Amino acid sequence: MVFFDFLMAFIIGGIICAIGQLIMDVGKLTPGHTLSILVVAGAVLDGLGLYEPLIDWAGAGATIPITSFGNSLTHGALAEAEKHGWVGVLTGMFEVTSSGISAAIVFGFIAAFIFKPKGKAD
Amino acid sequence: MDAEQYQSIEQQITPPTPYLKNVLKAFLIGGIICTIGHAITYFYIIFFDFTEKTSGNPTVATMVLIAAILTGLGLYRKLGQFAGAGSAVPVTGFSNAVVSAAIEGRTEGLVLGVGSNIFKLAGSVILFGVFSAFFVALIKLILVSLGVVEW
Repeated sequence: MVFFDFLMAFIIGGIICAIGQLIMDVGKLTPGHTLSILVVAGAVLDGLGLYEPLIDWAGAGATIPITSFGNSLTHGALAEAEKHGWVGVLTGMFEVTSSGISAAIVFGFIAAFIFKPKGKAD
Repeated sequence: MDAEQYQSIEQQITPPTPYLKNVLKAFLIGGIICTIGHAITYFYIIFFDFTEKTSGNPTVATMVLIAAILTGLGLYRKLGQFAGAGSAVPVTGFSNAVVSAAIEGRTEGLVLGVGSNIFKLAGSVILFGVFSAFFVALIKLILVSLGVVEW
């Protein structure tokens, strides 16, 4: 059922964002603190083996929120650690998650050439 | 007026945070962004050789590109004012943090401006992501070698 698939992505993605908003409002934290907490949560959830089932279930609803960044860092580290032991924890870290960071760097640099900085006021 | 008085007056004047409204807005916009991401995932599965497992990476890259363009046009900030965490938590918010820092840094030159500032906002996410992933993987490795859990 394709429709159900999209609905799950909407609901799970929405819930993760709602949790982020609650951390911001109730805990009176900055977005930077909130995102850091969510990333750590994603990494821990993958260590417990809980994030992959969430991705199977919700698709982009679980891969798009920033929690997925923590998940894929841990996932790469664990996959390499399984093969190579201690060394793999470091070498595998960015194996899975490269696309988000490299895309952000490349497009960010290009954008710096194309777009003019806008004042904080507008 | 002493500090206590000031605080009590400040609390009276500050409007209460509309918790429910904020959470609903974050849920709605965050959900919509993830639904768009899901459509892009389908696009990569149907038109390119990606599986459900591997389609996450190109999807994230595409969302980052879209958010970079919206940031450059100044539209993402407007979305952020409405959606709060709904636009900050998805990977598009990460892209927005990187791209806006890069554009702001342009006035100070390419190396000292763009280069040093590009991760000014997003750096904490990378630091704590990498650091926690390192420890989680290390703990699991130790537990596996002790025979407590399996891979």
